[in-house]
Amino acid sequence: MALSYLRSSSSRSVNLLKPLSSSLPLRRPISTDTTPITVETSVPFTSHQCDAPSRSVETNPKELLTFFRDMALMRRMEIAADSLYKAKLIRGFCHLYDGQEAVAVGMEAAVTKKDCIITAYRDHCTFIGRGGTLLEVFAELMGRQAGCSKGKGGSMHFYKKDSNFYGGHGIVGAQVPLGCGLAFAQKYSKDETVTFALYGDGAANQGQLFEALNISALWDLPAILVCENNHYGMGTAEWRAAKSPAYYKRGDYVPGLKVDGMDALAVKQACKFAKEHALKNGPIILEMDTYRYHGHSMSDPGSTYRTRDEISGVRQERDPIERIRKLILSHDLATEKELKDIEKEVRKEVDDTITQAKESPMPEPSELFTNVYAKGLGVESFGADRKEVRATLP
Amino acid sequence: MLATASQRILGQSFQNIRPAVSVLRSYSSAAKQITVRDALNSALDEEMSADPKVFLMGEEVGEYQGAYKITKGLLEKYGPERVLDTPITEAGFTGIGVGAAYYGLKPVVEFMTFNFSMQAIDHIINSAAKSNYMSAGQISVPIVFRGPNGAAAGVGAQHSQCYASWYASCPGLKVLSPYNSEDARGLLKAAIRDPDPVVFLENELLYGESFSVSDEVLDSSFCLPIGKAKIEREGKDVTITAFSKMVGYALKAAEMLEKDGIYAEVINLRSIRPLDRSTINASVRKTNRLITVEEGFPQHGVGAEICASVVEESFAYLDAPVERIAGADVPMPYAANLERLAVPQIEDIVRAAKRACYRSVPLAATA
Repeated sequence: MALSYLRSSSSRSVNLLKPLSSSLPLRRPISTDTTPITVETSVPFTSHQCDAPSRSVETNPKELLTFFRDMALMRRMEIAADSLYKAKLIRGFCHLYDGQEAVAVGMEAAVTKKDCIITAYRDHCTFIGRGGTLLEVFAELMGRQAGCSKGKGGSMHFYKKDSNFYGGHGIVGAQVPLGCGLAFAQKYSKDETVTFALYGDGAANQGQLFEALNISALWDLPAILVCENNHYGMGTAEWRAAKSPAYYKRGDYVPGLKVDGMDALAVKQACKFAKEHALKNGPIILEMDTYRYHGHSMSDPGSTYRTRDEISGVRQERDPIERIRKLILSHDLATEKELKDIEKEVRKEVDDTITQAKESPMPEPSELFTNVYAKGLGVESFGADRKEVRATLP
Repeated sequence: MLATASQRILGQSFQNIRPAVSVLRSYSSAAKQITVRDALNSALDEEMSADPKVFLMGEEVGEYQGAYKITKGLLEKYGPERVLDTPITEAGFTGIGVGAAYYGLKPVVEFMTFNFSMQAIDHIINSAAKSNYMSAGQISVPIVFRGPNGAAAGVGAQHSQCYASWYASCPGLKVLSPYNSEDARGLLKAAIRDPDPVVFLENELLYGESFSVSDEVLDSSFCLPIGKAKIEREGKDVTITAFSKMVGYALKAAEMLEKDGIYAEVINLRSIRPLDRSTINASVRKTNRLITVEEGFPQHGVGAEICASVVEESFAYLDAPVERIAGADVPMPYAANLERLAVPQIEDIVRAAKRACYRSVPLAATA
């Protein structure tokens, strides 16, 4: 029996995998099966100035499978980006998200595309979660026309306005006031939607964050500040940067919740709770306890300020994809082979997309001068040698 | 006040010397006198009335009626959801304004003076100006940042800087600076309607000045084009470019020069970015001499850009080196006599024009 096998593995997983309600004796095709399953989160939520939501999360086979596939896709995508960077097809900055996938997928499961998400530069997977395609990701990373920003943004500047994803920001902390501004606009427009403004433990000390939080609390904005605490701001561990690394409490008068960010279901529960809260009571902070396997960026090996044992330890004990895999297997929702097949499929999809992305051309030179303004007024712009290169802005 | 009286006299003599052709170009039959303050207030009022997405945000814009009373009466008229008093947190509220613009609203963010915009400059440049480009057109930012810019009177070094050249160097921003009430109304309305981030540089000392405006200017549909300078006074001997308060000084300098037989053409830039290079160059090709006037620091200033543009486009037409009149290359002092030396005076413009015309007068003994 799957359950007894799993009891012998690490203690943390036991509670998680014990089904609180039994699934059906016969398996329906998992991809369409929405039979409710209740699962407990790995750890209870810790709250500040509010009552924590329940540890019991409702899910279903279809959702779990979606989590698995989406996270596997994100994982593969980031690993492939690593190789492309080393092959010098991706230039400049490349900040990878592998390890943190549960935050992106859990959040999407709790919200709609009318809710807004804004994040910093570690945005590839968040963009995928918002409905961006793999082609748009790889093409943008390689600076090609098929990229989501037509090759003009790069890794840190992915956007998808039609599903309310507002980027993709390079300046640490700037996205938080911007996110509060989105929430302001949602309230102003009476849209009954919320904004999730994501930031890291490094950004959590930024003054502008507290300025924006103050205004959000004063004006009751539906803003949810989500600290993706991967415990390192570049090379600086949280205890060296923050006098108080209890980021969920840093809002003081603003309620907060600490969440196991490696548990997609806990993330989903917390985001659902936060959305309800924000629509009624204004801002709330979610601290996602998560981890990145890669260094800060591709120029950081990630092992000078943390031990390899720590990294492999997290991978073994808390990996978000493994958690969902075990959940699926213990509930008998799919076989190991079926899950491995999904991973193979995903790998092929990523490889095929990279091939396709490589075929996308670089932007035309005339693109240097497009989109400087939304309304260029026929104004002249100049290249490096203005006697040689001039353009009229449309 | 003396300035207002001389403005009226100037207006009348302006009519006298102006050739008939230009009457068609400008809005004649001055119907009313309004202050720049009232011009700005009415522009805000009309744009808020026309478009529910327009809202105001800044310190003291609501209950205090505006630190300089520019937003007077608007809270009462439009309510606290559209006129928002913010805490003294420029970085925070500017970021919030830009975020609201991302979503599609049209914020007008007031900086009590542009000196405080430095606290928020990352949002103006990196979050607002560059977003349309970085997103290849997905995220446009229809926001206006407005407030008094440059020197006031006796407010010292930290409250007197002119930010025109800083903001105007940045692609993705539009930078406007009105002089009179017509400019104030037309340019602010244009700024609010424009889908791109606009930095709108007002001048505290001009708020109380009255100017004649025609009925056309008073109409709620009135709007001025962005990127077009105005020839305030036609001339044939020397071109003087200026913006904001310095336009008034340049016009007075032109009056004085006329007595010496030098007919100066005064260009009111109105738009620092985009800069109306074609109007400036056309004028210089006519007069062959150029004086640029600005209040801000001289190095890397607006005049430097204008000079470069003219040298690049119209070198063969220059009969004299380009002259720059700018604020002194020092932080603004407090003592009245030193402050006077730190900003351009009318006699500085006159002297430079005469130099360009090879008719200089020996410098005074001091300074």
